[in-house]
Amino acid sequence: MKNIPISAKIGLFFTSLYFFMAIFAPWIAPYGMAEVVGDVWEPSSGKFLLGTDSIGRDLLSRMIYGGRTTIFIAVMGTILSFTTGAILGFIAAVSGGWVDQLLSRFVDLIMAIPSLIFALVVLSVMPVTIPVLILVMGLLDSTRVFRLARAVAVDIEVMDYVEAARLRGEKLAWIIFREILPNALSPLVAEMGLRFIFMVLFVSTLSFLGLGVQPPQADWGGIVKENKEGIIYGVSAALMPAVAIATLAISVNLVADWVLNRTTSLKGGRG
Amino acid sequence: MHPIVKLVAQRLALSIVLLLAASVLIFAGTMILPGDVAQSILGQSATEQSLANLREELGLNEPAVSRYFNWLGGVLQGDLGTALTNGKDIAESVSYRLKNTLFLAATAAIISVPLAIFLGLLAVRYRDRWPDKLISGVTLTSISIPEFLIGYLLMYFIGVKLGMFSSVAMINDGMTFLEKLNAIALPVMVLVLVVLAHMMRMTRAAILNVMQSAYIETAELKGLSTFNVIFKHAFPNAISPIVNVVMLNLAYLVVGVVVIEVVFVYPGMGQYLVDHVTKRDVPVVQACGIIFAAVYIGLNMIADIVSILANPRLRHPK
Repeated sequence: MKNIPISAKIGLFFTSLYFFMAIFAPWIAPYGMAEVVGDVWEPSSGKFLLGTDSIGRDLLSRMIYGGRTTIFIAVMGTILSFTTGAILGFIAAVSGGWVDQLLSRFVDLIMAIPSLIFALVVLSVMPVTIPVLILVMGLLDSTRVFRLARAVAVDIEVMDYVEAARLRGEKLAWIIFREILPNALSPLVAEMGLRFIFMVLFVSTLSFLGLGVQPPQADWGGIVKENKEGIIYGVSAALMPAVAIATLAISVNLVADWVLNRTTSLKGGRG
Repeated sequence: MHPIVKLVAQRLALSIVLLLAASVLIFAGTMILPGDVAQSILGQSATEQSLANLREELGLNEPAVSRYFNWLGGVLQGDLGTALTNGKDIAESVSYRLKNTLFLAATAAIISVPLAIFLGLLAVRYRDRWPDKLISGVTLTSISIPEFLIGYLLMYFIGVKLGMFSSVAMINDGMTFLEKLNAIALPVMVLVLVVLAHMMRMTRAAILNVMQSAYIETAELKGLSTFNVIFKHAFPNAISPIVNVVMLNLAYLVVGVVVIEVVFVYPGMGQYLVDHVTKRDVPVVQACGIIFAAVYIGLNMIADIVSILANPRLRHPK
């Protein structure tokens, strides 16, 4: 614990705080998620710490439940994007030849269309539910993981120990999981933090546009959408998610930086 | 053939192939998904008759391949079809909105590009001192907040609390140029903030990369001032990476515009797209999708072509 730099400690503290709130939301939130408890847009008071929202629900409770939804979707999306992207990237690097060409060109093609636009096109005919959102965002984002995983694996693939495993007659799965994965882990873990943040921003944007999490389910993007009319009257309820998203994003970034530095110095790489 | 001409021609051909493939993907994305498209557009409560009518209207009874070629043929001739929701010609509605979107994006670009390059140079000049640290701090914050929230933050603090500029960016043809500029001041500010961060960071990295070269050391040892070294020796060599950065960010701007238009109720392509995604108006979504993809692919292509042209090693073939 002593060797953790102060910035990483702050990052770890806030990241765990948000995850803690997400997991234990029903016990922490003072009121229910969709419970109407007060007047419209009440200012903050002892009873409602952050005030109330556009139809009189407690904003703090909405924020806590909203964090739960947003973080859950972002975590699931990141897991999906990492497993798909990394496995396909490793397969492309190890197999080479036409498999590599096919996968790489397909990824180039998907990346030639902006993710948000492509997500909107797909969501125009799909039912907007949480599993669909996770699937669409995770698969679109896996293209970026694919590129990184492939680039890292191409460097590892030429090492003697991979050659040795090949000569021993090991199968593709062994080479990927036992030879390449352990050596490619540190850049992938650092990237995971960035992808997670990107997911948080992505799902918030979609919900804000009305194409993400559907009401009455709370999520950070949706809270902005529900309270945006208040801005013109000087009600700051819609700005709360900005604070939450920004602190979460910055703290995860700080942790990711630290992980990257720590793992590279372990390997005697650049400090 | 001269190698530059050959490379540029190859890059052009690649873009056309990419665009065609992207059109297939956009078409497939809305048409060949599991389930019945007509059903998911109209919802569970639709009657058999209305489903059959919609299938007829969308041409769903024909095979997907022939529908794709019909659609593509129309798009190539400038016929984007008609909207399901109001029966209007899509090309007509799009051309007016595209003009507005380009006006917004271009204004943001005119401000952000020179500013980003200047600040990037400043960050290099005062590397690791306070201007550099301030710039990277602001950058980190602004990439940690989604665009639409930056929009509301500015609307709240500048538009409402300070009472400057209008909080909604409604524009119409009757307004003078200055009135229009006043109306779009806030959305332009948001877009500038969003792309400025990326552009500055990447410009800084590109110039620092050039600054490590041997000829820069020579220039420094000749006793030139730091500003002379940066402007006369580093900058010309950094043009190609910087143009690349600028183009990538303009492409990013085109997408960022979608969300910002919704925030400020601006009558552009982005709002048009989002509205019709909510209404499940597939022909409009496809048309907007292909236009956004075309602009994005085009800007990426220009970035690559400029870096081919700016590479001095290609100018004198062996």
